[in-house]
Amino acid sequence: MTTEALAPPRKMRSGEVAVLLLLPIALINAIGFILPVLNLARFSFNKVSIGGGIENVFTWENWLGLLADRFYLELIFNSVWISLAITLTTLILSYPIALYLHRSSGPWRTFLTVLVISPLLTSAVVRTYGWIAILIDDGPVVSAIRALGLPAPSLMFNIKGVFIGLTEILMPYMILALMAGFGRLDPRVEEAARTLGATPARTFRKVILPLTLPGIALGCLLCFVLAVSSFITPKLMGGGRVFLLATEIYDQAIVTLNWPLASTLSILVLIVFGAALWAYSAVLRRLD
Amino acid sequence: MEIHKTSWPMRILVFVLFLYLLAPVLLVFPISFSGDQVLRFPPTFWSTRWYVALFENSKMLSAFSTSLLLASIVTILSIVIAVPAAWVMTRVKFRGRDLLFNLFTAPLLLPTIVLGLAILIVFASFGLLATMRGLVFAHLVVTLPYALRILAVALNTQDQTCEEAARTLGAKPLTVFFRVTVPMLIPGIVAAAALCFLVSFDEVVITLFLTGPRISTLPVELYNYVYNQADPLVAAASVLLILLTLGVIMIVERTMGLSKTFVK
Repeated sequence: MTTEALAPPRKMRSGEVAVLLLLPIALINAIGFILPVLNLARFSFNKVSIGGGIENVFTWENWLGLLADRFYLELIFNSVWISLAITLTTLILSYPIALYLHRSSGPWRTFLTVLVISPLLTSAVVRTYGWIAILIDDGPVVSAIRALGLPAPSLMFNIKGVFIGLTEILMPYMILALMAGFGRLDPRVEEAARTLGATPARTFRKVILPLTLPGIALGCLLCFVLAVSSFITPKLMGGGRVFLLATEIYDQAIVTLNWPLASTLSILVLIVFGAALWAYSAVLRRLD
Repeated sequence: MEIHKTSWPMRILVFVLFLYLLAPVLLVFPISFSGDQVLRFPPTFWSTRWYVALFENSKMLSAFSTSLLLASIVTILSIVIAVPAAWVMTRVKFRGRDLLFNLFTAPLLLPTIVLGLAILIVFASFGLLATMRGLVFAHLVVTLPYALRILAVALNTQDQTCEEAARTLGAKPLTVFFRVTVPMLIPGIVAAAALCFLVSFDEVVITLFLTGPRISTLPVELYNYVYNQADPLVAAASVLLILLTLGVIMIVERTMGLSKTFVK
């Protein structure tokens, strides 16, 4: 930077060069991101004509239709509720792993961290397929339950399978977010609490949990957002019988070809995102 | 010396949770060697018939070559576009730089289902649906933010004294860029390229909106296959996909390791 300050005549030229160098990424961002998203918002006010074409009008029909239709109200409510339940389950299952990783060290810790990250690099289709193999009727889980003499539940093509699969698929994100937040957890503070006579349960409740709350909030935000917009797992494991926001967006866009309604549902997903982000910052503010 | 003695119940709990986390990925390995006609675990007998079936499936093979070509083009373009952009973002000071950086990485914040639909509607009017050009463009929207972020971090942490020394000794800006900045950036470029390749190769939701009978990628074909039937063919494909991912990671590890020793 100092040499540039010493040579003012070249500054203008470097500015032009900078614009030129940013042009390709700016164009792709404008045409592949900004334009499509603005267009999507506009499309949510369009409507489908009788002939199947899309009328370029401005109507609140889609938005009011969503609020009046019981199917869509239930769909939205179910999506949010199931995503919250998945987030909470993911948190409970991920917390012990994150805490264990935080306390371990050396190559063992590196190895386990790689194990946590490796599912992230595996395609969602592959992992969902793995879950289908595990949960399918007469699969290992159902057979094991039957072997115990219990009534065998059906875990595929319903919300139970989607729940189990999505929870596992989101765990790596939660573990990484928790570990990032565990930095504030100094083992000496725990030691101090234990030395002063606190039981393990009390130490956890009064010391460990409050210190790790920011990590919990971040992990929950991330998992909720990913759960609400997840598509592959509900579609494949739900077998067309589980209706959630993301699957409905796809069906409206590809099967029914009602792009205005699909756009409205997409903007609704973004509104849910906004609400989650708002809740997250509210929690963070209270923690400070 | 470890202060914490992790209790046995905690260890068993963590072990079980890890098993849950890794179960679906681990299970595709034995299933891929199943001899059964249908998806069953454990298989009644072992064979390599599903690998044979996979290599005789012309749809999967052509989808694989499309994916390979697509990911390669996307990776090269991502690097060519993101390296200069990251350089400007880290070496030139201007107003609104942070805002622009956030805008360029914003596509990552959008759920792929929403981005996929948004791109579908725009691409339909541009005639880009089910074309290689359209797929390359859509994948760039997702890979460029990753590349930009990794390269910007790499450039920020890079020691700038070498660049300054080259400049003081009279090297032209272009010479400094190609002879000093880029060679020092190689580890970052390799990491960014590997991630772009994996993201493009694995991308399924956005691609699902943009493919058709004329052109399809491997993840989309696998998705369609699983949607219609459940047999061990996809397990064989999954094993090969996992091995490919491992291969890319190992290339990165070796290159990064080599270049690190070279720089030092």
